[in-house]
Amino acid sequence: MTAALGDSQADNAKRSSTEKNLDNSFIWLTRIFAIGVAGVLIWIAVQVGIQSRRAIQEFGWSFWTNSAWNPVEQQYGVLPMIYGTIVSSLIALLIAFPIGVACAIVLSENFLPLSVRRTLIFMVELLAAIPSVVYGLWGIYVLIPFLKPIGSWLHDNFGWIPLFATPYAGPGMLPAGLILSIMILPILTAIARDSLASLPSDLRTGSYAVGSTRWQTIFSVLIPAAFSGIVGGTMLALGRALGETMAVTLVIGNSNELQLSVLAPANTIASLLANQFAEAKGLQEDSLMYAGLILFAITLVVNILAEAIVQKVKKY
Amino acid sequence: MSALERNQEDRSDRQQQNTEQNSEAVLQTEDLTVYYGKFAALRGVFMKIFKNKITAFVGPSGCGKSTLLRCFNRLNDLIDGCRVEGKVIYRNKNLYSKKIDPVEVRRRIGMVFQKPNPFPKSIYENIAYGARINGYKGDLDELVERSLQQAALWDEVKDKLKDNGLSLSGGQQQRLCIARAVALKPDVVLMDEPCSSLDPVSTGKIEDLIHQLKQNYTIIIVTHNMQQAVRVSDLTAFFNAEEGEKGNRFGYLVEYDKTEKIFENPQEEATREYVGGRFG
Ligand SMILES: Nc1ncnc2c1ncn2[C@@H]1O[C@H](COP(=O)(O)OP(=O)(O)OP(=O)(O)O)[C@@H](O)[C@H]1O
Ligand SMILES: [Mg+2]
Repeated sequence: MTAALGDSQADNAKRSSTEKNLDNSFIWLTRIFAIGVAGVLIWIAVQVGIQSRRAIQEFGWSFWTNSAWNPVEQQYGVLPMIYGTIVSSLIALLIAFPIGVACAIVLSENFLPLSVRRTLIFMVELLAAIPSVVYGLWGIYVLIPFLKPIGSWLHDNFGWIPLFATPYAGPGMLPAGLILSIMILPILTAIARDSLASLPSDLRTGSYAVGSTRWQTIFSVLIPAAFSGIVGGTMLALGRALGETMAVTLVIGNSNELQLSVLAPANTIASLLANQFAEAKGLQEDSLMYAGLILFAITLVVNILAEAIVQKVKKY
Repeated sequence: MSALERNQEDRSDRQQQNTEQNSEAVLQTEDLTVYYGKFAALRGVFMKIFKNKITAFVGPSGCGKSTLLRCFNRLNDLIDGCRVEGKVIYRNKNLYSKKIDPVEVRRRIGMVFQKPNPFPKSIYENIAYGARINGYKGDLDELVERSLQQAALWDEVKDKLKDNGLSLSGGQQQRLCIARAVALKPDVVLMDEPCSSLDPVSTGKIEDLIHQLKQNYTIIIVTHNMQQAVRVSDLTAFFNAEEGEKGNRFGYLVEYDKTEKIFENPQEEATREYVGGRFG
């Protein structure tokens, strides 16, 4: 009796070979997909690198620091676009970060009834669904005219600061940065809200139990605990801002001249590529590829930095 | 005795008399009923918690011990759908009256939770945080050291105060939480099974700590360990859960008396069965 029981248990415990094979093939399948994604990334990087090799040979590092973009004389440099890319993204981040974190707090706390919060969450997410060309058109017809008095006021009163040294020209860095800030708000808010909402509720009760107010709990306990998630979301948003093309092209003015002022027309790498690729030939095409490689590098550095910060402050 | 209390069944009358002590009542509940949503999880509790005494809450799982404990520092406010009826009187004030600020209540009535929940901050900050928001003016380093020593954790962490509180073991985390609560010098300390994740040695240390704290504080401790209740407490309240009309279980206070009385000569059959089954 007991022996039979033991045997039947062993039979049940034994896994059939089909089950094992299924397990193995599943593992392999996931491996292939994962490696495939990494492969595509490397493939694109290598291709862009190969395509830009003549420009790299021709200009080398001076390409980064030269501010002339002159197809007639075959002289190329992307300093204005690097500046434009970084500054427009920083403006976007500067505006979107506080607003996004504030949204995340309101949407993860119970200040508002759940139904109102749900609606708000949905609407913030809807912001991400608007096509970027629509953002661009809205920028041209609404935002740029709207910013005119503000831009003029900034120039009149703070003209001595290099950032506001030129008169408000309409299309330029400021409207581009603002459009970008609206475009990255949904990612930032969604990720910050998720990381706040996924904190263990014990943490909140623990904080209240030592006599903190709601604000102290949010700012001294919850946000530090969710910090790595918030930074992660911010960096993803920054990545999006650095590479955003269509909306920026429509409002930034596409000027290849280096201007420190955010009120002047400017350009970004992505917008340069979009504008010039169609007609580019020869060295110009290679130079655009080189510019693309630089954008790639900037995004990579941002992501590595983000990863480093997240690792350093990881708590949950 | 107030009119309210006279209206109660004799059972609660007897409890009131039996537990009448020389010391004053710090906390007192009057017909306290707690609802989660529609269902009452705890019904009609009348009890007094006496100053500088250790009161143990015992009873089967789900009978509302944690729920009652959370009423004493208004932590139930954080739970959606939780509603409290009746009164909790703390030093002549009803904690649930509109004028009371729950934050102030929690600064006077500290709590240690069933599950350790240190902040994801350094060990030092875990203790300093509460002190700081409570406006502590003295030497923080000294406060941190003293609190950790009281919680029998100092020797284990004195060289790594900058480490994250979450890097400690479960038992160490629980002692950190005890240190965190004690550091605020609260009037009353609520402890929800503080030793459930501790080894016997640390449990012993915590029990010693509880005895020491008794001189200055009033302590309520929830425990499933009858020996522990006997070892540490002066008074014991036994709660039980019963099936309600609609099939939902609700908890109520069965018997509340001096600890020796509850364990040696309980008045209620349910108490005798519960403590008898587990003890002696
Ligand atoms: N946050 C909550 N929401 C809804 N119901 C709850 C909540 N917390 C507790 N309850 C219910 O209230 C009743 C009492 O729970 P409580 O946690 O107070 O029991 P307990 O006596 O502390 O049990 P244990 O000894 O297992 O800790 C239970 O039936 C539980 O389901
Ligand atoms: Mg409990």
